[in-house]
Amino acid sequence: MLEIKDLHASVDGTEILKGITLSIGDGEVHAIMGPNGSGKSTLSNVLAGRDTYQITSGSITYKGSDLTELSIEERASAGIFLAFQYPIEIPGVTTMTFLKTAVNAQRKARGEKELDAVRFLKLVREKAKQLNVRDEMLKRPLNVGFSGGEKKRAEMLQMSLLEPSLAILDETDSGLDIDALKVVSEGVNALRAPTRSMIIITHYQRLLNYIVPDFVHVLANGRIVRSGGKELAAELEETGYADITESAA
Amino acid sequence: MAATRETVKAVDEAVGKYKYGFATDIKSEKAPKGLNEDTVRFISAKKNEPDWLLEWRLDAYRRWLTLDEPQWAKVNYPEIDFQDFYYYAAPISDEDRPKSLDEIDPKILETYEKLGIPLVEQMALAGVAVDAVFDSVSVVTTFKEKLKEAGVIFCSFSEAVQEYPELVRKYLGTVVPPTDNYYATLNSAVFSDGSFVFIPKGVRCPMELSTYFRINEEDTGQFERTLIIVEDGGYVSYLEGCTAPMRDENQLHAAVVELIVMDDAEIKYSTVQNWYPGDENGKGGIYNFVTKRGDCRGTNSKISWTQIETGSAVTWKYPSCILRGDNSVGEFYSVAISNNLQQVDSGTKMIHLGKNTTSRIISKGIAAGRSSSTYRGLVSVHKKAENARNFTQCDSLLIGDKCSAHTVPYIESKNPTAILEHEATTSKLSDDQLFYCMQRGLNAEEAVALLVNGFCRDVLQQLPMEFAVEAQKLVAISLEGSVG
Repeated sequence: MLEIKDLHASVDGTEILKGITLSIGDGEVHAIMGPNGSGKSTLSNVLAGRDTYQITSGSITYKGSDLTELSIEERASAGIFLAFQYPIEIPGVTTMTFLKTAVNAQRKARGEKELDAVRFLKLVREKAKQLNVRDEMLKRPLNVGFSGGEKKRAEMLQMSLLEPSLAILDETDSGLDIDALKVVSEGVNALRAPTRSMIIITHYQRLLNYIVPDFVHVLANGRIVRSGGKELAAELEETGYADITESAA
Repeated sequence: MAATRETVKAVDEAVGKYKYGFATDIKSEKAPKGLNEDTVRFISAKKNEPDWLLEWRLDAYRRWLTLDEPQWAKVNYPEIDFQDFYYYAAPISDEDRPKSLDEIDPKILETYEKLGIPLVEQMALAGVAVDAVFDSVSVVTTFKEKLKEAGVIFCSFSEAVQEYPELVRKYLGTVVPPTDNYYATLNSAVFSDGSFVFIPKGVRCPMELSTYFRINEEDTGQFERTLIIVEDGGYVSYLEGCTAPMRDENQLHAAVVELIVMDDAEIKYSTVQNWYPGDENGKGGIYNFVTKRGDCRGTNSKISWTQIETGSAVTWKYPSCILRGDNSVGEFYSVAISNNLQQVDSGTKMIHLGKNTTSRIISKGIAAGRSSSTYRGLVSVHKKAENARNFTQCDSLLIGDKCSAHTVPYIESKNPTAILEHEATTSKLSDDQLFYCMQRGLNAEEAVALLVNGFCRDVLQQLPMEFAVEAQKLVAISLEGSVG
């Protein structure tokens, strides 16, 4: 699915990613953990194609082709989805309208027929029900006045409608109480599929109690300093990041 | 919003930046170039007007000669040579006025088709009656007979002068007097055509009325005059649309609109203004100097202005309400979009004279490119206006860092019971919002269209349904090339 080789990236001339190599197979769930400032969010932004981040060297291959050739929206239509740490407010645009615009933009880009209002409504209702998203929320402008939990649920709803091949969840657990965390995790787990890979970026081990990853990587100072199975997360919970990052330095 | 997808389709289909920029090759008859008393007499004679109206025009002309162009608006343009325009241009076939659609020059019909205003079947299906004004004359008004059955008069201004002279004489200039301001005075002297609407007591107009103004000829000014009167308990919803060909020279448009509503009557007046805005270097475009005012003469009367302003090189326009009747209501909903080098100075005046009068102003200014957008508004509460109430909200959205937005509210209150509220915000279209939308699969232009339509939502919702989708598309097209 995704091959990252010796990736270096910088923001405003400051190097943040200093040689990341990572391979993600079909259907695998990888957790990337690390302290603040380790480059976690930079990695997700680089994968999504945000132009304030410059790739200085290295390569990213997605489904066999060079990902860096694609624009932000082309990556989206090719199946890359980024669940935002802080979902952006879109005033005046209802959640329903936004969802429909996004789904049909991607369908059109892939040469598929756009969904009409009736079929779309049916689809949204079905997905919304699975994620405990109330109808009333669909009528409100996207993310405007939403609680932390509602925002994350709206992200999950978008993910389930857009059916990505590679979902990147950027600190999805931030700002969530335990109930919301459960709901979101259930949503993510329901979307696990042999054809869908996921990158779960998180600071805390807590989320990984609910979404159990296949692999765990520790990011520190722009490099992956340790990789392992799900037990690595538990180990980190015990020891904290200090030991690992020091040994890496 | 399926509109966003459609929008992009529309943008793709648009030839060049301004899709209404074609000219129709049609023989026309013009008044000699320039402006003097003979021009005024020429126009009046062409229209076969009664003497009182000719005198009215000549008085206005003589007064205009003593006036200076207003300088207070935040717009800059080279001095206008008023002798360099044609003040009257009419398609030659107008000599024997067509009685029905079949008799109109097919080229004119084609022009309206290309503008997306099919005068025949589609409008009938949508239940909209149309008056089409081409340069200085009204070429056709549809559904006149059907409206007449309901008691509604909807015709061109020239026709009204012939058929209903007593109504015209009674109301003309009573809201915007010929002495009102430089451009209104000019219009009073040389106005050529426009629409006339009369809704008698107790009649709700059974269909949407609309007028489409088209400037076609070169170096021609358009000076239309619209007069709408709604008697006690009546209601009408009226929409005007405007387009013009792309030309390198600036063209002049100075219209006057007068609205009069009696007891318990209501007018909903919507404008989609899309005159040619000039090219990306500011060459060409329409100078749009318009005086629009409504008089809530009766108690419980209501006037609601909605405007979508996307065109013109320079816009100078303040649709206003005189809230004379007790409990009368004035509303102003505006979206003004400027791109490239366009300049907009627009807003409203709410004059509270009667008791318990309320007004509401929602203005959304969107500036992109190197454009300048100014909201200028007056809320005035007079001594006897007990319990007057106003709410004003002015939001500005900037796209890019070379444009500017300004808000100039004037508030006067001479009655201590008044409650006046003013809210204003200025924001920039954020990179975070664009990135978020694009990560979901929208391209830059789709993202801007979605975000700006969201920003304008409160106002777009006020438009008659038939036109709301069009307006959303227009918003997107106007901002083409503003990002990326």
